[in-house]
Amino acid sequence: MITEKTITDFIYREADLLDTMQWQAWLDLFHPEGRYWMPLEWQQQDPVLQPSLMYEDLLLLKVRVERLAGERTFSQKPKSRCHHLLQAPQIVACDPEAGLFKARTSYIYTETRGDLLERFSGWASHDLVQIGDGLKIKLKRVDLVNFDAPFGNIQLFM
Amino acid sequence: MDRYRNNAFAVEALVRDTEVHRDVYVDPEIFELEMEHLFPNSWIYIGHASQLSKPGDFITANIGRQPVLASRHTDGAIHVFYNRCPHKGVKIASEPCGNTGKFFRCPYHAWSFKTDGSLLAIPLRKGYEGTGFGDAQANEGLSKIRNVVVYRDFIFAQLNDNGVSFADYFGESLSTIDNMVDRSPEGKLAVVAAPIRYMHTCNWKMLVENQTDTCHPMVAHESSAGTAVKVWKREQGASTETPMAVQLYGPFMSPYEFYEQSGIRIWPNGHGHTGVANSIHSNYSDIEGYLGQMVAAYGETRAHEILGDVRHNTVYFPNIMVKGAVAILRNFIPIAVDKTLVESWVYRLVGAPDKLYERALMYNRFINAPTSIVGHDDLEMYERAQEGLKSNGNQWVNLQRLYEAGEQADVTAVINGTSERQMRNQFHAWAKFMTIDMDSHVEAAE
Repeated sequence: MITEKTITDFIYREADLLDTMQWQAWLDLFHPEGRYWMPLEWQQQDPVLQPSLMYEDLLLLKVRVERLAGERTFSQKPKSRCHHLLQAPQIVACDPEAGLFKARTSYIYTETRGDLLERFSGWASHDLVQIGDGLKIKLKRVDLVNFDAPFGNIQLFM
Repeated sequence: MDRYRNNAFAVEALVRDTEVHRDVYVDPEIFELEMEHLFPNSWIYIGHASQLSKPGDFITANIGRQPVLASRHTDGAIHVFYNRCPHKGVKIASEPCGNTGKFFRCPYHAWSFKTDGSLLAIPLRKGYEGTGFGDAQANEGLSKIRNVVVYRDFIFAQLNDNGVSFADYFGESLSTIDNMVDRSPEGKLAVVAAPIRYMHTCNWKMLVENQTDTCHPMVAHESSAGTAVKVWKREQGASTETPMAVQLYGPFMSPYEFYEQSGIRIWPNGHGHTGVANSIHSNYSDIEGYLGQMVAAYGETRAHEILGDVRHNTVYFPNIMVKGAVAILRNFIPIAVDKTLVESWVYRLVGAPDKLYERALMYNRFINAPTSIVGHDDLEMYERAQEGLKSNGNQWVNLQRLYEAGEQADVTAVINGTSERQMRNQFHAWAKFMTIDMDSHVEAAE
């Protein structure tokens, strides 16, 4: 039985996998049709015909993860690390009968590389589906508070 | 230290036939002089007329360091002004775009201006009576930039009256903009969204050079495009249709021979493009219904001529790159000697299928975003160059590839696609537009 605690535990675990760089385990959280989306507009509705920073399926996420470990991936020498500081997720929907599980989580995200440290703030929205006894990510949407500002490299995942 | 100010000879000496001195990338004084001379002397892209579709619409931009403001007047004309109130210098508009209504109103003392820049009203105007205000520059309203050309909806401005007209400055290079616009069945482009913005900690010229650097993709992008190709081969299974994403990444891994025969075309004044015979954009899937629309609009022959011209990157000197086949424009905006803001715009081809816009947006986020793995590859190289150039061991950057003795500058030519001649072409133009209005240059000529 999926409860609100199942959802919050899932979100905390996801952040922990990213912070500990367990990339394959992180990819395993996605549904085969799952997407990772970083909009470029305020309350954006359309990921396809409006510009986004990222809108990636599992194939593209695998490319990113594999690239991070690549012998000739010079932008990862030295490697980046990240840290997620999450507020308690707000459950938007927890309806096992309808198969609807949604949460919105306010966060502060830190990405470092070498001597540099960049900090970002925003909200992560999870659309989850039940597969067997557990949950998978159908859509992870990451809205930055300053989505329209010019950033330097963001190489890991919020 | 004024090593270069009003010293055209010293500036010109930074550019040799086959190499350039590292000061062009790392010296703060050279950067200052670029802001004072190079940018005001060149024709600079301000924005697109579709961003000014209604009277009262405005956009803001910078030419070098100087803030400018473009507006659509009630009679339909586009005007470009220095973005400062003639009273105390306050910026009239601070947002990237908007609609000001019937007039601009300075937020400080409520001086107001019509959308053609003329002074409309000053509160308590009688305070200026008998002061000779009629002769003051402030009475003229917003200072207008006289050299403005709107070419097929692309707005360019030149601050200095140096006699280099728009037509002379760009010449035949405008054919890339023509091709991009012609790719719309209605011959019209539209900006419908904000650009992707990406901050680079490097000199702006490194980005411009990279646009026609065809010997780096298969090396620097092995990590991104190479991995994309590798993962797709492993995961594709029985799938015979290459996804749009893989079609976009894959060609970056083309071998040297591909780029060699693709060719580069150079034009006078530092403009030039890669992908003459064909390009990395040549083999994208057809989009349903598009060819039919183009044939209906232009006829069979002309439609194929337009779609067959798949130029890769066209550099419009000094600081934009146009990718006609994908309808993208990248603006390399100098912020400091080691800081560059890149704004990458996608145009919608009016009347064309949505799928084309979808592909262009995808390309833009794959290649030009702070979250782009191809972008990560490139920025890493620029940052390392910005650091490495501080070394005194060798103070010159080599641009010698396929140099031929007696190479002419300011000519049109089609050459081997792995040549660094377009970079040499840019630096020739750089020296010219840096020094064209330097005092000592005039004295020396006498």
